[in-house]
Amino acid sequence: MVLNCWNGFVGSEWKQKIDLRGFIVENYMPYDGDESFLANATFKTRRLWDRCKELISEESKKGGVLDIETDIISSINGFKPGYIDEGLEVIKGIQTDKPLKRAVVPYGGIRMAKQACEKYGYKLSDKIEEIFTKYSKTHNDGVFDVYTPEMRKARKSGVITGLPDAYGRGRLIGDYRRVALYGVDRLIEEKAQELENMVTSIFDEDIIRAREEIQDQIKSLNELKLMANSYGFDISNPAQNAFEAFQWTYLAFLGAMKETNGAANSLGRMSTFFDIYIERDMKEGKLTEEEAQELVDQFIIKLRIIRHLRTPEYNELFAGDPVWITESIGGMCEDGRHMVTKTSYRFLQSLYNIGSSPEPNLTILWSKGLPANFKEFCAKVSIDTCTLQYENDDIMRPVFGDDYGISCCVSAMRIGRDMQYFGARCNLPKLLLMALNGGKDEVSGDQVAPVSAPYEGEYLDYETVLNKYEELQEWLAGLYVNTMNAIHYMHDKYAYERLMMALHDTDVRRFMAFGIAGLSVIADSFSAIKYGKVKVIRDERGIITDFEVEGDYPKYGNDDDRVDDIAVNLVKKFYQSLEKHKTLRGAKHTLSVLTITSNVVYGSKTGSTPDGRRKGEAFAPGANPMHGRDTNGILSSLNTLAKIPYEYCLDGISYTLSIIPHVLGKSESSRITNLAGILDGYFALGGHHVNINIMERGILEEAMKDPAKYPQMTIRVSGYAVNFNKLSKKQQLEVMNRTFHGEI
Amino acid sequence: MSVKGRIHSFESCGTVDGPGVRFVIFMQGCPFKCMFCHNPDTWDYNGGTLYSVDEVIGKIKRYIPYIKASGGGVTVTGGEPLMQMDFLMELFKELKKMDVHTAIDTNGYIGSKAQNLAELLELTDLVLMSIKHINPDAHMKLTGCSNQNTLEFANYLNEIGKPLWIRYVVIPGFTDDFLSLFKLREFINGLKNVENVEILPFHKHGEKKWEKLKLPYNLDKAAVPNKFEVSKAKNLLDNDTEEKK
Repeated sequence: MVLNCWNGFVGSEWKQKIDLRGFIVENYMPYDGDESFLANATFKTRRLWDRCKELISEESKKGGVLDIETDIISSINGFKPGYIDEGLEVIKGIQTDKPLKRAVVPYGGIRMAKQACEKYGYKLSDKIEEIFTKYSKTHNDGVFDVYTPEMRKARKSGVITGLPDAYGRGRLIGDYRRVALYGVDRLIEEKAQELENMVTSIFDEDIIRAREEIQDQIKSLNELKLMANSYGFDISNPAQNAFEAFQWTYLAFLGAMKETNGAANSLGRMSTFFDIYIERDMKEGKLTEEEAQELVDQFIIKLRIIRHLRTPEYNELFAGDPVWITESIGGMCEDGRHMVTKTSYRFLQSLYNIGSSPEPNLTILWSKGLPANFKEFCAKVSIDTCTLQYENDDIMRPVFGDDYGISCCVSAMRIGRDMQYFGARCNLPKLLLMALNGGKDEVSGDQVAPVSAPYEGEYLDYETVLNKYEELQEWLAGLYVNTMNAIHYMHDKYAYERLMMALHDTDVRRFMAFGIAGLSVIADSFSAIKYGKVKVIRDERGIITDFEVEGDYPKYGNDDDRVDDIAVNLVKKFYQSLEKHKTLRGAKHTLSVLTITSNVVYGSKTGSTPDGRRKGEAFAPGANPMHGRDTNGILSSLNTLAKIPYEYCLDGISYTLSIIPHVLGKSESSRITNLAGILDGYFALGGHHVNINIMERGILEEAMKDPAKYPQMTIRVSGYAVNFNKLSKKQQLEVMNRTFHGEI
Repeated sequence: MSVKGRIHSFESCGTVDGPGVRFVIFMQGCPFKCMFCHNPDTWDYNGGTLYSVDEVIGKIKRYIPYIKASGGGVTVTGGEPLMQMDFLMELFKELKKMDVHTAIDTNGYIGSKAQNLAELLELTDLVLMSIKHINPDAHMKLTGCSNQNTLEFANYLNEIGKPLWIRYVVIPGFTDDFLSLFKLREFINGLKNVENVEILPFHKHGEKKWEKLKLPYNLDKAAVPNKFEVSKAKNLLDNDTEEKK
């Protein structure tokens, strides 16, 4: 049976052990041609997407949530099979019994689940609330049991924000392809074997925990088989054709979405894997181009209607109801061939067939070795839809190999072999203000950090300020690592992602992914102190709450080494401080410069800063220059970004760029070549990530006034895309205030 | 390398002055005083800032990856760049050492007889030339100079087979009468080196600069061409050179 499923596939090693990469490398066919072979959406696809659009529009009319199942604790088999319109669905399976109906996943924290229901006019069943308050503990309870007073104070002040201590952490990518290639029975067999082998003379906490985890993983795989059965599929065995490859993979992802509701649920790297199945079926005359495209489009429709239940506070940090179903496309193989296949094109084609959409979060792994046709097709898709992001395969591949995927926005992980403990960001500008004020929060006046001598004197002296800042950074880095340890200890214990982890190697490599926010604000602040003159203003409490900046100073984002070096050093030093502190389960420290949309919240919690930014004003997102301060054009800002050292920021450096179309050239063809050239240049210089929006500011103004006219308008914000209409007014304004390169 | 260039400004991501992404240098000083000029602040030969070739090359170096990847290069424009030929010569020699595509955007005022012109053009991959008007009187009225040198320059480029892009600004009522467009077309047809004819619709973005310089702006009444006027000129001038790069 298994052998039949693999007919026509070459190679032997991947048959002996679980080795997706080996299978792909031996069997995929690079495609150098252009997009002319692509097919349009089939009738079924168009009808199904129309039906989904109606539902999505109803959802939006109801305030963002169509329905909530408040009586069931979501689990892999918590719901009977559901359909959008069974006859039109080629790929089967939805999260609950009805499309867009959200499920309650309380393991991360019952309080959040309850609040989320209430916010949308529902009431969580008393029974569920009782279970998770009286009888069963959640991750959230665990974390708050062990938090120290210092951790609580830092959390409250916002110097560390976005700690996943009340909901699912997310960021894991199960290798969902394994289900299609090997069938669930084989995966269970492997795990059982590993469990059997895991008997050591020292039966300590690590071993006991590992054994329990594997046993849980096996249980979840059995449950997955049952769920698939309820839709009429037997996924014990490998997929026999392209349809089954899509269906099996999707069911595995769906099972994970039923069991967990973490903050980002990325897909991995599917297109080239699926291409092998499509090519085989086509060679045997079993599949046409239209049918292949239908599989892709229908798979993508299913991804577009994944929903999780969130609270308003969560939406403030991560706006637009994102799931971060990130799919990584392209990149190079370690044997020197590129990994673009026809199905890479088919995934992008879905944006034309069923319109633009933020999900799945399509990410191009860019390399100078990608075929020119594909580079230009990507540029065209960016110009037409603003839905793609680009990441530098040439700097990630040496670290992660050629079967990694992007998790969430910008974080690379080897699929099925790495996992990450992610959480929060440190608000660097706030840390600076705290350093000036002897450890006090400049807004509340509370003593958050250990007492130190406040800054004395009227003008800020660069060396003195830097010393104070670095001293406090040492304290904060330790606190941040310890807080993350507490969170992920409890998450592993109370909200373990059984199915996702079942689709990982057992001896998984762990990252602990930290973050910083406000890089451009703090770099410009130090630049103002060093090259301008900054006078401090103290309020009646004696706290420094304002600054007068005299003279001009070099600003981050203009390819000026005087300030860019400051930014580079701040990043390096922060990472080095983190690295000094021990992490849970031997995780490797990583760092990102990424804010999602939380740059607005961070700004609102932070007083005036020495760069001239006013109290409450939003930070720039990710590693972006501050709004309007990058005045030397696109390439200069890209040059600045490319200086931030990736080796210190393995979790990613996010840049969101907005360009007026005419800046790229007069004709469509010149715009395409120039954009592809700009991407090539940026990545050759070592840039890590860029989101590209090509639009006029005016169109955003119109969409704000008349949202109904732009139901599918998608823009890239920070490592992901959102439907513009789903942003809050404040967030919409922040997006509009960003620099649009090329405005007269 | 003692020669310095008088430069008005730089643009690091030019996409309209030649192929690909280009580093554009706006040279200071121009013999023409075009009524429709959108950079009158580049006229004064004493304005701008002096830069050495090394300084300019240092700036360009930061953008080489983008230039190379997009099939772009460096374009000198102005002002009138050929008024500073010594500087251009030194600059282009350096650029050629780095294998960078070079372009000159000129009004052709220099004519064909200038000293060292042949040598400079050896170092030049592409010439963009704006013909302001084919009719000598109208040209004089529009720019304050004769178009004789310009046409001579174009013929010279034709003789030596130097790739040429012709650019033409459409100003309704000034440059878009049928007869002139037809005559211009005939002139262009006589040139075998023309790769591209670009129609540039007149715009008034420069008007504020005229005010700032306290210069009388005589085109405030002139209209910006509508799309029919633009396509009329396009059809007459470049229907067989379109997309021929």
